[in-house]
Amino acid sequence: MLQLENLTALRGQCPVVDTVSASIGPGELIGLIGPNGAGKTTLMRAALGLIAHQGDSSLARLDPMARARAAAWLPQAREIAWGLSVAELVALGRLPHGRDHGAQGAEAVAAALARMGLENYRARIATQLSGGEQARVLIARALAQQSPLILADEPIAGLDPAAQIETMEVFRAHADAGGAVLCSLHDLGLAARHCTRVWVMDRGRLVADGPPATVLSRALLADVFHIRAHFEDTAQGAVFQALSTLQR
Amino acid sequence: MSYRAILIWLSLAVAGLFLASLLIGPSGIGPMEGLRALFTGEGAPGLVMRELRLPRALLGVGVGAALGLSGAAMQGFLRNPLAEPGLIGTSAGAALGAVIAIQTGLYAAFALALPFAALAGAGVAVALILALAGREGRALVLILAGIAVSALAGAATALVLNLAPSPYAAAEIVFWLMGSLADRSMTHVVLATPFLILGAVILLATGPGLDALSLGEDAAASMGVSLKRLRLQIVFGSALMVGAATAVAGAVGFVGLVVPHLLRHSLGARPSRLLPASALGGAAMLLAADIATRVIAPERDLKLGVLTAIVGAPFFLAMIRKMGRET
Amino acid sequence: MRVVSMNLCTDQLALALADPGQIVSLSHFATDPGMSVHWKQAEEYPLNYGRAEEISILRPDLVLADTWSNPDTIRMLKTLGIRVEQLPPSTSLPEIRARITKMGALLGHPKRAAKMLADFNARLAAIKRPAKGLRAAVIGPSGYGYGPRTLEGQILALAGFDNVVSGPGLDFGGRLPLEDLVMDHPDLVIVGGSQGSMGTSRAQSVLDHPVLRDLPTQRGLRDARWTCGAPAMLGAVADLAALGRKIEQSKVSQ
Repeated sequence: MLQLENLTALRGQCPVVDTVSASIGPGELIGLIGPNGAGKTTLMRAALGLIAHQGDSSLARLDPMARARAAAWLPQAREIAWGLSVAELVALGRLPHGRDHGAQGAEAVAAALARMGLENYRARIATQLSGGEQARVLIARALAQQSPLILADEPIAGLDPAAQIETMEVFRAHADAGGAVLCSLHDLGLAARHCTRVWVMDRGRLVADGPPATVLSRALLADVFHIRAHFEDTAQGAVFQALSTLQR
Repeated sequence: MSYRAILIWLSLAVAGLFLASLLIGPSGIGPMEGLRALFTGEGAPGLVMRELRLPRALLGVGVGAALGLSGAAMQGFLRNPLAEPGLIGTSAGAALGAVIAIQTGLYAAFALALPFAALAGAGVAVALILALAGREGRALVLILAGIAVSALAGAATALVLNLAPSPYAAAEIVFWLMGSLADRSMTHVVLATPFLILGAVILLATGPGLDALSLGEDAAASMGVSLKRLRLQIVFGSALMVGAATAVAGAVGFVGLVVPHLLRHSLGARPSRLLPASALGGAAMLLAADIATRVIAPERDLKLGVLTAIVGAPFFLAMIRKMGRET
Repeated sequence: MRVVSMNLCTDQLALALADPGQIVSLSHFATDPGMSVHWKQAEEYPLNYGRAEEISILRPDLVLADTWSNPDTIRMLKTLGIRVEQLPPSTSLPEIRARITKMGALLGHPKRAAKMLADFNARLAAIKRPAKGLRAAVIGPSGYGYGPRTLEGQILALAGFDNVVSGPGLDFGGRLPLEDLVMDHPDLVIVGGSQGSMGTSRAQSVLDHPVLRDLPTQRGLRDARWTCGAPAMLGAVADLAALGRKIEQSKVSQ
């Protein structure tokens, strides 16, 4: 669904994303983790072709409309400029499908609203909702786009624990239904529990790519995140808890 | 009320005000006599109806629609309800272009020079604003940039008129700053119409892109909207409309601020729906203001922009106050 | 006696009444053929732009100004010890006569002034006006109509026309909607405002409005003689009166 080959993005002379090669297939929920400034956002924007880059991304090659049908993008800034109603806002996700006012479009919007538990919010004004509710509305917009791949930049930042878990479950369900999600996040615990795979970025490079249990090793946590952590596979799933920082 | 119903009501309002604009004037031509004279074109009443009142009413519709539509489009693009052709210097830029065309004698040599020059002035002003305040659309940056562009264009206009050997410079400056539809002729209608129509076609096509832009530039780009193209459409579309409107009627402010603001309450905030509604609303507001100039003080040549500012400036203050409280 | 005139209309009388050696400087409008009757004669003198500095440096014994001249300039000249005479406006016949007499006295040539006045009265009496009933309007840029108490209005009245622009609040005129003019359909519409080298302007474009083509308009009638309340204006009155009689005849023959 997404192939990256030697993807590089520069800020001035300095590579913010440095020769990243990777790929995403159906059914995958990939957690993109790494310290602040590691290049997670830039990687996703370059992969979408929203910024200038070298190397190759299968998405960036598409023309903008085809790309929009192939991948939805949830930027970190949860920007809603006008007091649109929730239903109107979610329906914006149908834009890449052209003048699609028919049953299919309405169905997709209804399904996205239902998936995010927003049926009773249809007529509410989006800008008047709480931050968590706005985040759910924006995710619903991405779902309404009905693209196989979703790229989300820190979608769970600032949400309460229940909303965080629900969001990860929505993404997981999207992947299980044959789609795929690339989602950057800082909560390694949620990444360990919900993601089928994690990509670790450090200073622009993709330094690890694999299942959470193998990637989140003592050595990598120390090298990349400068922390010590407890990791255990329990009957209730993976449990990950950061314990203390290490001297740099 | 549904979207369609609102559009129908607005169209009826424009039609009614258009008729009122035709029938109201300083000379006491009765309504029936006036309409008959409009169709037959006979005698002095025919001349008045066809050569004076008809162009005035037509320009009222065209200029108002231009200001309303370009206001709504600029607001959608900048994601800011304060973006307005008069406030951010677009009209002032157009006026400067028009004044240069007139004072250099270009206009006398070649009639289309007037709208072309006004268009160029408006285009430069819009491009400057988008460059200064376009990326973030923050209200403060936008308004400050607008003040700078307006002041520059206004000063340059005054300079050109002061240097021109015209004893009417002061009166001219007032016209270009405040606008008027008095004593315009069919020549002006013919001059402005093609530009207004082309600009309207360009701006009305920006609806979906402006909708997507509600979610920010990145989200819009990811939904297949070409921001570069959208930017060009906004610059050219509003330059065409504001340029042509200003060339024939001077700079009339606040129409593009008040109309989308009022419509947002009844229509919702979706930019694509506001575009056609604001064009109709702008036409209605300008026709009403122009009728008011004739009813309030027929002998005094009240300027159109004075009335729109008296209505619009309090709106502007209220909006600033509301924004101040929200942040 | 060294005299500086800083107003177009005092220029005109000074040129007619003073000895050539008396005049030190005239206003810069004096050489404009569109505004000044004696423009050719004026070209022999240095011009001023009505600023205190340039005038004071000429060390004049007398500065001739208008009531409406810039009060700061006048005050400054007086502070510098220069004698300034501000002449009241001269629009009506008594005002014009009074100004001629006053200028004669100021310039030390009362006899010349008395002769000018006698000529003026004689020429005025000799003008043959049309019978009452012809209506006319003088409109300028921006559609401005001149009322009875303007010089334009005076010229109309002296030539025997009724002024369309009259009534309460219109003594000095006001914007005359083209619509009113069309409905009124006067016998003569004097379209003016191309006096002097003023270039083009939007205000003048009103005078090119298509509806004016259907009115009995006269362009180019307003020349330099229409600018000042001075003997030269009688030429304009005489021409206008002659035009009025022509209009009268064509009305009768219809």
